[in-house]
Amino acid sequence: MYPILEKRELSPSVKLFVVQAPAIAKKCQPGQFIILRMDEAGERIPLTIADFNRQKGTITLIFQEVGCSTRHLGRLGAGDSILDVAGPLGQATHIEKFGTVVCIGGGIGVAPVYPIARAYHEAGNKVISIIGARNAELLIMEDEMRQVSESLHITTDDGSKGRKGLVIDPLKELIAAGEDIRLVMAIGPVIMMKSVAEVTRPHSIKTLVSLNPIMVDGTGMCGGCRVSVANKNKFACVDGPEFDGHEVDFVGLMARQRMYHEAERIEREAGSCSCHH
Amino acid sequence: MPSLRHKMPEQSAEKRRSNFSEVALGYTADTAQAEASRCLQCKTSPCRQGCPVEVNIPAFIKHIKDGQMDAAIQEIKHKNNLPAVCGRVCPQENQCEKHCVLAKRGQSVAIGRLERFAADHGQTHDNGAHPALKESLGKVAVIGAGPAGLTAAGDLAGLGYQVTVYEALHAPGGVLIYGIPEFRLPKDIVRKEIDSLKQKGVTIEVNAIAGKTFTIDELISEQGFDAVFIGTGAGLPHFMDIPGENLNGVYSANEFLTRVNLMKAYQFPATATPVHVGKNVAVVGAGNVAMDAARTSLRLGAENVYIVYRRSEDEIPARSEELEHAKEEGIQFHLLTAPVKINGNDKNWVTSLECIRMQLGEPDQSGRRRPLPLEGSNFELPVDTVIMAIGQGPNPLVQQTTPGLAVNKHGNITADEAGFTSKEGVFAGGDIVTGAATVILAMGAGKKAAAAIHDYVQGKKARNHG
Ligand SMILES: Cc1cc2nc3c(=O)[nH]c(=O)nc-3n(C[C@H](O)[C@H](O)[C@H](O)COP(=O)(O)OP(=O)(O)OC[C@H]3O[C@@H](n4cnc5c(N)ncnc54)[C@H](O)[C@@H]3O)c2cc1C
Ligand SMILES: Cc1cc2nc3c(=O)[nH]c(=O)nc-3n(C[C@H](O)[C@H](O)[C@H](O)COP(=O)(O)OP(=O)(O)OC[C@H]3O[C@@H](n4cnc5c(N)ncnc54)[C@H](O)[C@@H]3O)c2cc1C
Ligand code: SF4
Ligand code: SF4
Ligand code: FES
Ligand SMILES: [Mg+2]
Repeated sequence: MYPILEKRELSPSVKLFVVQAPAIAKKCQPGQFIILRMDEAGERIPLTIADFNRQKGTITLIFQEVGCSTRHLGRLGAGDSILDVAGPLGQATHIEKFGTVVCIGGGIGVAPVYPIARAYHEAGNKVISIIGARNAELLIMEDEMRQVSESLHITTDDGSKGRKGLVIDPLKELIAAGEDIRLVMAIGPVIMMKSVAEVTRPHSIKTLVSLNPIMVDGTGMCGGCRVSVANKNKFACVDGPEFDGHEVDFVGLMARQRMYHEAERIEREAGSCSCHH
Repeated sequence: MPSLRHKMPEQSAEKRRSNFSEVALGYTADTAQAEASRCLQCKTSPCRQGCPVEVNIPAFIKHIKDGQMDAAIQEIKHKNNLPAVCGRVCPQENQCEKHCVLAKRGQSVAIGRLERFAADHGQTHDNGAHPALKESLGKVAVIGAGPAGLTAAGDLAGLGYQVTVYEALHAPGGVLIYGIPEFRLPKDIVRKEIDSLKQKGVTIEVNAIAGKTFTIDELISEQGFDAVFIGTGAGLPHFMDIPGENLNGVYSANEFLTRVNLMKAYQFPATATPVHVGKNVAVVGAGNVAMDAARTSLRLGAENVYIVYRRSEDEIPARSEELEHAKEEGIQFHLLTAPVKINGNDKNWVTSLECIRMQLGEPDQSGRRRPLPLEGSNFELPVDTVIMAIGQGPNPLVQQTTPGLAVNKHGNITADEAGFTSKEGVFAGGDIVTGAATVILAMGAGKKAAAAIHDYVQGKKARNHG
């Protein structure tokens, strides 16, 4: 059992847990994730390690309630426990001093980008961050991102915070202004990562994206998380989750993410899933 | 005219097609005793040569014949830590029963069924007497809670070692729990076998991934383990590299079976893990894994389930009982047929499997005749789901993070008969060494390694004190 020590609501649908998991906290690096199973009937779902404290033996998870498992999880509070947490999984982000690095987080993607931005910052890079969300209420971790960034740009779809528009707008301007960008790290909805990769491709700016296909075991055993990268199949849980954005088949990834849409709808409507108990 | 083997009572094919309860129901005590009476108690007991863990077959069968069921299971447990499992899934026709003197007439003693009977008796009549823990002879870590790891752990605990098993998934058992379906091997049986190991003093830590949560070197240098046994299995699924393999509706057998067995997707939405089946399912391959995937699809409501296999019936590697059961349940076989392409619709869903007919040519390296495509014989099988059951390779997580551990060209850990690897204090056995094989071979490897580990640790201690 993995006790939840602290819970915060970052927005009505985005929750933060600080979870006791000493073995994972001891080992994890920016870019890695865990797989948890809430209870006996639960499914195995991946969540990024958004922060960690090696002394206290804790990891921080930030998740958006999008379906039955995340909604059910959101009902837990400090003092409750999660049945299974396995990790750290995936390859750690390669951190070194590159020069100027642009970190882009869209929606819940800000959570995974934060520890990476912090690590780039600590390695002496000039970190320029762009974070975006549908609206002000859904924008998370602004203060944390500001602390590790040389400058921070905010965009919202409806203009309720920062400037109205998409995260690629400030990115295009930075490129146009001649900023010597050595690396772009983009994490968010697939469609956002795809558009970032399209913006940087003509300028040959190295662009990393963190992929979130449907996973089961997270250890390379099922192959469910396969994505086509440079026309080769990769298992995102062990080969990734980060890949070169200019080589990823985003269209294939989006189609595979929809594989259980019908089942997910049935699950919500049946009211029989564990989140209704 | 010698007597015939006693039939195994089974659920009818019609009934079992739509449930996940066990197909084979087990002998009654009367039938077991009658079957046991068929054994000639051969002095040379050739049957034992066919058992990788050398169960004393005539001895336990005699106990059953005499009605001494407790003695029977104790006799088996001297050699076999997981008898209720082996009695169900060993390919007996190629092992113990193949060597039985009565096998020549096709009527070998039903050793597997008798072993199952004794083990099930043992599970329901556990007398609660367990040997007290001896003083610890040392600390051993076991990586992977499949048959190889569990057997090594059980033997080492029995010898007096403090044993911790580290398992990546949330439940121990390896393929027994995530791969082989409930209707062939009830999970309750596996859990009881594992519980009896825990009672022997074995500690099992789940959600513990060697190479991620910790490394093998850390176990030795920081945690003070005297030796490590690696039994991580052959869990890496192979795909065919044909067009359309990433369409929705294409699974590896591992993923399909894990969703159903480990995650209980057959109870969705009461459980949270979904699985897709559809009306028509093609399973590629014809081993035990393929039969399990096909028969599982049927139970999840598929109307037509096809096995697509590029060789002929003679080469089918599945246990003969599984093949028979699959046929009885109505699985349709496309033999001498190979997939070439998976077609999909604009929503990225599978619509058909394009196949080509094969003919058998000259024997290949494996001695089996090589299947060759018949040009122009392509045809389409309309399906909603394709399950790839064409084999698994070794998972590389441990090998990549353990310097000094030699592997072969397929990525399997190199180990000798006793389980010694190239790395001091590190042993390995089971599918991770041999490639995908059988439960009992993995157990045999775990057993040999346990003995080698005992020698190694005691030898090292003697040297350090001397
Ligand atoms: C490496 C990785 C890291 C992630 N990190 C985070 C994070 O830090 N915070 C966060 O909010 N979300 C994260 N996700 C996504 C998160 O796992 C899904 O939102 C969650 O599994 C949805 O489950 P559900 O039952 O609530 O929703 P459902 O209604 O079941 O599904 C909603 C959608 O989520 C996706 N999904 C469903 N099941 C899975 C699964 N088993 N694995 C992956 N995706 C699935 C599908 O695209 C699906 O359409 C991450 C995903 C991956 C692969
Ligand atoms: C569907 C299916 C049906 C089968 N049917 C039969 C049958 O009828 N009869 C038969 O004899 N054989 C059968 N087999 C084969 C048999 O199950 C295997 O040969 C046997 O399980 C191998 O045992 P093992 O202990 O080597 O590995 P496994 O059973 O694969 O166990 C390995 C364990 O190690 C864990 N692991 C892997 N990596 C790590 C890591 N880095 N850290 C920690 N843990 C790790 C895995 O999660 C797993 O639990 C079948 C196999 C499958 C897949
Ligand atoms: S363990 Fe397997 S091979 Fe050995 S006697 Fe039992 S059924 Fe036969
Ligand atoms: S070979 Fe057959 S008959 Fe002889 S002892 Fe073994 S099981 Fe009995
Ligand atoms: S999640 Fe199973 S292989 Fe990646
Ligand atoms: Mg879900």
